[in-house]
Amino acid sequence: MAKHKTPMLDQLESGPWPSFVSDVKQEAETRAKNEKGIEYQVPADCPDDLLGVLELSYNDGETHWKHGGIVGVFGYGGGVIGRYCDQPEQFPGVAHFHTIRVAQPAGKFYTTKFLRDLCDIWELRGSGLTNMHGATGDIVLLGTQTPQLEEIFFELTHNMNNDLGGSGSNLRTPAACMGMSRCEYACYDSQELCYNLTQEYQDELHRPAFPYKFKFKFDACPNGCVAAIARSDLSFLGTWRDNIRVDQEAVAAYVGGEIAPNAGAHAGRDWGKFDIVKEVVNLCPSGAITFEGGKLAIDNKECVRCMHCINTMPRALRIGEDTGCSILCGAKAPILDGPQMGSLLVPFVEVNKDDDFQAIKDVVEGVWDWWMEEGKNRERIGETMKRLGFAALANAAGVPIDARMVQEPRHNPYIFWKADEVEGGWERDIEDFRKRHQR
Amino acid sequence: MAFISSGYNPEKPMENRISDIGPQHFTEFLQPVIKKNFGKWVYHEILEPGVLKHVAESGDAVYTVRCGTARLMSVTHIREICDIADQWCDGYLRFTTRNNIEFMVEDEGKAKDLKKFLNDQKFPGGSFKFPVGGTGAGVSNIVHTQGWVHCHTPATDASGTVKATMDAVFDQFTDMKLPAPVRISMACCLNMCGAVHCSDIAILGIHRKPPIIDHKYLDNLCEIPLAVAACPTGAVRPSKVEVDGKDYKTVAIKEERCMFCGNCYTMCPSLPLADKEGDGIALMVGGKVSNRITKPAFSKVVVPFLPNNTPRWPEMTDVIKRILTAYSEGANKYERLGDWATRIGWERFFEVCDLEFSEHLIDDFRDPAYYTWRQTTQFKW
Repeated sequence: MAKHKTPMLDQLESGPWPSFVSDVKQEAETRAKNEKGIEYQVPADCPDDLLGVLELSYNDGETHWKHGGIVGVFGYGGGVIGRYCDQPEQFPGVAHFHTIRVAQPAGKFYTTKFLRDLCDIWELRGSGLTNMHGATGDIVLLGTQTPQLEEIFFELTHNMNNDLGGSGSNLRTPAACMGMSRCEYACYDSQELCYNLTQEYQDELHRPAFPYKFKFKFDACPNGCVAAIARSDLSFLGTWRDNIRVDQEAVAAYVGGEIAPNAGAHAGRDWGKFDIVKEVVNLCPSGAITFEGGKLAIDNKECVRCMHCINTMPRALRIGEDTGCSILCGAKAPILDGPQMGSLLVPFVEVNKDDDFQAIKDVVEGVWDWWMEEGKNRERIGETMKRLGFAALANAAGVPIDARMVQEPRHNPYIFWKADEVEGGWERDIEDFRKRHQR
Repeated sequence: MAFISSGYNPEKPMENRISDIGPQHFTEFLQPVIKKNFGKWVYHEILEPGVLKHVAESGDAVYTVRCGTARLMSVTHIREICDIADQWCDGYLRFTTRNNIEFMVEDEGKAKDLKKFLNDQKFPGGSFKFPVGGTGAGVSNIVHTQGWVHCHTPATDASGTVKATMDAVFDQFTDMKLPAPVRISMACCLNMCGAVHCSDIAILGIHRKPPIIDHKYLDNLCEIPLAVAACPTGAVRPSKVEVDGKDYKTVAIKEERCMFCGNCYTMCPSLPLADKEGDGIALMVGGKVSNRITKPAFSKVVVPFLPNNTPRWPEMTDVIKRILTAYSEGANKYERLGDWATRIGWERFFEVCDLEFSEHLIDDFRDPAYYTWRQTTQFKW
């Protein structure tokens, strides 16, 4: 028997999409029955009270969580999002309802052993509710009480060899696409680079030392499956410098209708027979493709590597072999100055595991040194770039200025020069000027 | 409820503490075929909605079955996922960047059997537990946020709006009949945690009333300069007031300059602004993150306000379905929603989607607003 009446939420149990209400109810029932005889460390009816408070919000049209909440584990300055209900008498099961961010493996591949071990800890010491996963990538354990935080952390580190994720003004949990694990477009090992930088910068992740939050994301190609260009302050997108590899026999098979375009992604509708000129040649953003005499040719020098032709004919066209990544900087959501996508900072850098990705770390640390010194309180690096200029960022990162850094040159002539760039400098005498120009 | 220690000693908190170990290395979790063919994949096919095949140089193939989730899930549900992975996939699985689950098997027949098995699993209320789909040119899962389940600054709920929307567009999840993939995302306030600013369709919680000022407590709970600096439009200034004969340091808010972003509340607990009638959602469209054909783009606001009509937000799902239908009928193959709207012109977009255009949709935020107005005589009647 449910603890609270939830007529509004009950309406979200119907319909085809997996119902979070049904799932939370099933957890509430499991805990009420407690067939395993677990000594729950937070109220057994925590999921019931979550439904209760959510139903209240559905009636009031307003949230019932108090502002903020500062909790954590010793040694770290982040990783736990504290939260307290603003109706604790009515819903004591969620009087404390803190979230723990747990570091996830790159690409989010799991064994059931790992997930079951995590569930065992969380069932005992938490609400039994999770988010798989948070938008930044963490495993999110949703709802526990303050005294359990150190206990959970002890079990995570000692028994599962796993750490917390990040929160606060620091490096947040990095995330990657699944990269080379299961994708033929991967231009570099996005998971390995993600793992390596996560380990390298553990201190920056666990102990806030920045003006504001900072995120890394790793996309192994420009398709952007982890949305690095929109959702990370430093975005690493795979690319190549040589030629797209063309298999003319496979091209003919596409033209002949033996292979479905785009791997069959449009199979749910009749779009007619594949037309290589209409669907590939004419859609190339730089007009770099020709199809004559049954042969596909690419003017690779003019190719911008948008992925369209490769996406459309994955069995005939492959990425080049001289691969690496581009680094873009500054993506953020609107607060405060408006949203930004990453702006191209490094057109190409090798992704070299043999020297521990030193070229990439040099850029990261150059950017951080500058922003940690110059960034204002709660100013994302994208905003620091806007305030101090893109060239200042490039100089800090040690990256040569390059026409690829702009979509177009400036159209206003408000150009800054440094005194030492100008013949004679800026020290001038008005009397000397007046010798040539009377008042 | 007897306390059970993990071994942690609160008397000596720093003793035996392990820190800075990070996540485990991902190779610990790769199933054998994935591990063996790592970086050696040659091509892939989508065999049917929700089922992928990847072929490696070695000739090995792996079949992936993708299914939807609510993202918010219980340990009971995760264990059920584990049971499936143990039974069908030797104990391996993964989650996608849109919070779907992927089960991988080495045989096509097994993949199709698994798809059927997954589609047979239902919650007692009748919803699918593991609906298979989310591939190709369709609608995949909705990237979303905490809403009224956990956050203190939302203007709407996340899990509820998402469930209502996915129910309304469910046939697009299990099929691939759109011109291109349509990414829907949701954020419950304009902090925009997630992908709202860069999605084909985006649901965004917004407020429409300025904060209420808790003068008696503000100076004790807030760092006033931070609240002042938190305002994008300079509407907040330090101030003093007299309440019940007592002077308080506080802030004043110029209401006509406040656009209800809620960022001052993020910084200061004494400036709450949630409100049943005032709060609701805005809809945005036309964003993307991929570099395919066109550049990544921001989503644009096309509906400034719809009410929080709980529990199913019918006005919202109606508009989303209308936009999807107009796009599906009007766009060319491979054309993302934003590319279609740009090609036909936004004036035509509003017409074919039957959406009202109001002054709220014209940008008025600082210098860049100018670049969104129309400096040309090119327009359609």
